[in-house]
Amino acid sequence: MTSDLAIETSGLVKTFGDTRAVDGVDLAVPAGGVYGVLGPNGAGKTTTIRMLATLLPPDGGTARVLGHDVVSEATQVRSRVALTGQFASLDEDLTGTENLVLIARLQGYSRSAAKERSAELLEAFDLTAAARKQVKAYSGGMRRRLDIAGSIVVRPDLMFLDEPTTGLDPRSRNQVWEIIRALVRAGTTVLLTTQYLEEADQLADRIAVIDHGRVIAEGTSGELKASVGSGAVKVRVADPTDRAALAALLAESLDAEPVLDSDPASLSFRVADPTVVAGALHRAGEHGLLISEYSLGQPSLDEVFLALTGRPAEETAPGPTGADPSRPTAEEVPA
Amino acid sequence: MTTTTRADTTSPQPRALDASVIAAVGGAERPRHAGPVGASITYGWRALLKIKHVPEQLFDVTMFPIMFTLMFTYVFGGAVSGSPGEYLQYALPGILTQTVVFITIYTALTINTDIEKGVFDRFRSLPVWRPALLVGALLGDALRYVLASAVVLTVGLAIGYRAPGGVLGVVAAVALLVLFCVALTWVWLIVGLKVRTPNAVMGISMMVLFPLTFVSSVFAPPETMPGWLQAFVDVNPVTLLVEAARGLMNDAADGGDILLVVLLSVAITAVFAPIALRLYNNKT
Repeated sequence: MTSDLAIETSGLVKTFGDTRAVDGVDLAVPAGGVYGVLGPNGAGKTTTIRMLATLLPPDGGTARVLGHDVVSEATQVRSRVALTGQFASLDEDLTGTENLVLIARLQGYSRSAAKERSAELLEAFDLTAAARKQVKAYSGGMRRRLDIAGSIVVRPDLMFLDEPTTGLDPRSRNQVWEIIRALVRAGTTVLLTTQYLEEADQLADRIAVIDHGRVIAEGTSGELKASVGSGAVKVRVADPTDRAALAALLAESLDAEPVLDSDPASLSFRVADPTVVAGALHRAGEHGLLISEYSLGQPSLDEVFLALTGRPAEETAPGPTGADPSRPTAEEVPA
Repeated sequence: MTTTTRADTTSPQPRALDASVIAAVGGAERPRHAGPVGASITYGWRALLKIKHVPEQLFDVTMFPIMFTLMFTYVFGGAVSGSPGEYLQYALPGILTQTVVFITIYTALTINTDIEKGVFDRFRSLPVWRPALLVGALLGDALRYVLASAVVLTVGLAIGYRAPGGVLGVVAAVALLVLFCVALTWVWLIVGLKVRTPNAVMGISMMVLFPLTFVSSVFAPPETMPGWLQAFVDVNPVTLLVEAARGLMNDAADGGDILLVVLLSVAITAVFAPIALRLYNNKT
């Protein structure tokens, strides 16, 4: 039955010329909560979302959104979903108020109700001060908030958010995250694409990892991490010149391959048996290697992505905190 | 890592949005979305708002017509017709036609810019009648046509043009122009939906519109042109349009010309509107 699924796709395909941008995507997104679609640039996330939001006809396969076929019942789909694209879908010449009133009028609000509704949304999204300014004067974070406000003039049952925090500063990103959580609490299902592993980890109940137009893994964040198979130990040395010695020592006592971060002071291991960690760290102290920071936890989604695709996710996707895009997350140490 | 510091705990805390957001989210009623007419009018309202915020965009429907009328009358008038006054009687309906025909590219420019900016996606994901966006843009353009016509006619009157056809003839001529130009807009819409940038839309349409308007009877009677050029002038739809408009304004209305313009407008719309709408609906 499709009743408890917000989105159900089967073998969804979209080709642009010779490129199969989406190459047989199967998704089953439960109603309620946040579903994350994670993948690097060009993985097919945006194309998938545009097909689901009826903006792009699929070349193959089927997709049902809230029980309606995206091709034959596009109007029913459109009346219950909203899309906030990667680039703010706003009229830059118009003011914040005018943008929202325009959408509200199209959604069927009367002139006065449309004004009321936009004032309410601008207030809720901390935009009242800029309500009468043209959108071209807005900052990136303000645009994104106004864009999301536009999507919920009538609260959709399903909201597509295509990389909602790409290019935002940390404060604006946190605001967007808060808005997403509030939407979910109000009963909207959110499908979120992101190239930020941290974002998927923070928000999404379930995650599909997409690469080269295909779903390569699906599950909760915990399941995906468990699929990598083990716990992760991360260690920072006080003096970076000690790192090589510590790597050799811990590799022996943990019986694991060290992974050297680009941070010259840190290294990490994937261990099968977390109980040996305390002893190993103690031995490092005995050898005079001063450890400034250590942690033991589940593997990060970076490591999941690396394990699934054989390459780090951030090679193509800079982190939200402004990490150098050319910086590889981790490099394997030759044995 | 699960226990290491996350960026969000060190960044400044945003204002608490949550409570008011939940209230605003939950408060939404679900009205019945706007019908085709309501949606078209709303998009037309958007076109007016854009004029209000960016009044410079009216330069080419206000300043250019003034310049053209004055320049052509006083530069070519004496040479073509013996005196600027006489030339004005001949050329003003032509200048009016040329001015309005040139503005037909606006809708295509608007749509192309919308696609480039992403707002197009927003509009198309709303549950309203999709062509309303195009119709609304056309409504905004119709205003431009009328405004530009008023400017040309005012300047013409000020420097001595008198329409033997009277107010009725002038109004009928403008109505005919608007009808033809709305039809022509569909052609540019196809260009606007096909090419990548607003500049390309501008370039392509100018390349077509310049010969189409100049190689016609807009500015000079074709009799002195070489035969091969006259052949083009004769089949140029702008010639037909300007002759019909000139007839109406000069109290020499030619029912055949007028009927042909109306039929041509209908034919252009019938052929190009479905193609434009198809492209528009399938626009990726």
